[in-house]
Amino acid sequence: MADKINEKIIEDMAVLAKLKLSKDEIEETKKDMIKMLEYVDKLKELDTENEEPMYQVFSKNNVFRDDVVKNKDDREDILANAPERENDTIVVPKTY
Amino acid sequence: MDLMNLTACQLSKKIKSGETKVSEIINEAYKQIDLKEKELNCFITLYEKEEALAKGKKVQELIDKGELTSPIAGVPVVIKDNICTKRKLTTCGSKILNNFVPSYSAEAVTRLEKAGAIIIGKSNMDEFAKGSTTETSYYGITKNPWNKKHVPGGSSGGSCAAVAADMCSFSLGTDTGGSIRQPSSHCGVVGLKPTYGTVSRYGLIAYGSSLDQIGPIGKDVRDCATVLEIISGYDEKDSTSVMRKDCDFTSALSENIQGIKIGVPKDYFAEGLNQEIKEAVIKGIEVLREKGAIVEEFDLGLTEYFIPTYYIIASAEASSNLSRFDGVKYGYRAEEYNGLHNMYKETRGQGFGKETKKRIMLGTFALSSGYYDEYYLKALKARGLIKKKFDDTFKKYDVIIGPVAPTTAPKLGESLKDPLKMYLSDIYTVAANLAGLPAISIPCGMDKNGMPIGMQIMGDCFQEKKIINIAYAYQQAVDQGQIRR
Repeated sequence: MADKINEKIIEDMAVLAKLKLSKDEIEETKKDMIKMLEYVDKLKELDTENEEPMYQVFSKNNVFRDDVVKNKDDREDILANAPERENDTIVVPKTY
Repeated sequence: MDLMNLTACQLSKKIKSGETKVSEIINEAYKQIDLKEKELNCFITLYEKEEALAKGKKVQELIDKGELTSPIAGVPVVIKDNICTKRKLTTCGSKILNNFVPSYSAEAVTRLEKAGAIIIGKSNMDEFAKGSTTETSYYGITKNPWNKKHVPGGSSGGSCAAVAADMCSFSLGTDTGGSIRQPSSHCGVVGLKPTYGTVSRYGLIAYGSSLDQIGPIGKDVRDCATVLEIISGYDEKDSTSVMRKDCDFTSALSENIQGIKIGVPKDYFAEGLNQEIKEAVIKGIEVLREKGAIVEEFDLGLTEYFIPTYYIIASAEASSNLSRFDGVKYGYRAEEYNGLHNMYKETRGQGFGKETKKRIMLGTFALSSGYYDEYYLKALKARGLIKKKFDDTFKKYDVIIGPVAPTTAPKLGESLKDPLKMYLSDIYTVAANLAGLPAISIPCGMDKNGMPIGMQIMGDCFQEKKIINIAYAYQQAVDQGQIRR
C-alpha cells in the first residue's frame, strides 16, 4: 500500500482533514506517510481472522445520566473565547 | 532547610507541625523558578507569585484550623497544559489554542485543589501530547535539568523537568503512549500511569480517548501514590470512568515483597537497548530478588506489533479528536480566508504544528473509506490480541519489569531528524496504553554521562497496589543519593 501513496491521495486526505498544506508540506507528508505505512504494513503478518476489534479496554456501552442541567451559568466565560463576537452570538463566515 | 528538595508529603508534614509555612515554600519554589526557568522553559504559563501566595494564605489558615488535613496540603504543583484549569490559559502546547481560557477545571485539578495543593503554573508539552521530546511545542523547547543539551523527554517534558528542577513538589502529566513514564525516566523522577478509567478524563483535552490517562509525577513513590489516591475515583462526568473501590493506594506502601512473582520479558532486553540501561535495570531487578521476589525471564511475544498498532489507533483517534479545532467557537482563527471551508483549512493549517498535522493525516488515512478495514480495524484486532497476551502473562506473574526507553535522554534536535526511530523508542511503553494497564517508572541508575535511567514496573488492570508496593520496596532498599543526584 505504501507504494500507492501519491500526491492525489495526500491532497484528498488534506481535504478530509480540512488542512491547508503548502507544496513542501505535501511533499514531506507524502514521504513520511510512505515511511510510516511501510512500517505499519507489518500488521498484515498477524492472523486476526477470528478476532473482534477492540475499541476500548473495558467495554462500557451506553453510559447514561439523567438529562438534568448541573453546571452553573458560565455563558460569559464561554463567549469570551469567541474569535469574533457580537453581543451574545459568535460571528462566523457564511455557511451557504 | 532545602525545602524544594523535600518530597510533597515531607513538606506538608512540616507545614502541619509548624516547622515551615506555606508562604516559605511558595517563595522557595519561585526562587528556583527565577534561577532556572529562563534556561529550562518548563512553563507555558507561570502564575504570578502574589496569586500563589494568596492561595497559599487561604490554605495555611485551613491547615492551622485543622480543617485541611490532606497529606499534600500547602504544596506547590504544576499542571500539564492539556489539562483544563478554570479561567487560566490552556494551550496544549499549540498555536491553535493560544488564547483559549477554559470555563471549567478538569476533575483531577478540582480534586487537587480541594486537597490544598497550590497550582503555580501550566507546563510545557509536545503539541497536543504528540511527541517524545517536548520539542514540538509552539511555546519553545524544554530542556533536561540534568544536561541542558538534552531533551527532557515527552510529551510531559515540562511537568517532569519542573519536578526534577525543584520548581514544584509534584506535577500532573498525561500518558497516551508513554508520555508520563518516558520523560520521568529521562528526568530522574517517578511517574505513574494508572489503569485506564481510574482518573477522570473530564477536562483533559483528548488525544487518544481510549489510551489517555492523567497521572502523577513526583520525587518518590510515596508522593505518586498519595497524589494518585487523591485524583482517582469514579466521576460521572467521564463516561469511561471506572467505579473502583480500591483507590487507597498508599496502603500499598510496604517494603514486603516476599514471594511476589516478577516476569522479565526477554523481548524487552533484545537488540536496540542501550547496554548501560540493560545493566541498570537488571541490577534493579536483582535488588528485588534479594528482597524476596521470585524473578523469572519469559518470552512475551508480539512486541514488534506494539508500535504499528499504537500509531494507527492513536493517530486515528487524534485525527477525530482534533477535528473540533476549527476556529469557530474558540481558539485561533486565521485572519484571512475565503468562505467557511477555507477558514477551516487556513486556521488548521496555520494553527497546528508539523508533527500534529502529520499524525492527523495518518489518522485520517487510516479511517478513510477504502483503507479503514486494512488499517484501523486491523489495528483494533491486533490490540485485542495484545490485550489477550498480557491477560495470559498476568496469570503467571504479578508484575512485569523492564526498561522504560531504549536510550537515555537524546540530545536536542536529534530525534526529530528521524521520526520513525523516535516512534520506535516508545516500544516499551505503548503496550500499557493499548491494554489499559497501570505502569510506573522509577529511577534506577545513571549512564556514564550522568543522565538518568528509569525502570518500568507494569501490572495487570487495577493492580496499582502491586506496582506501588514493588516500586516502594525498591526505593527503600536503594540509596537514592546514588540513583538520583
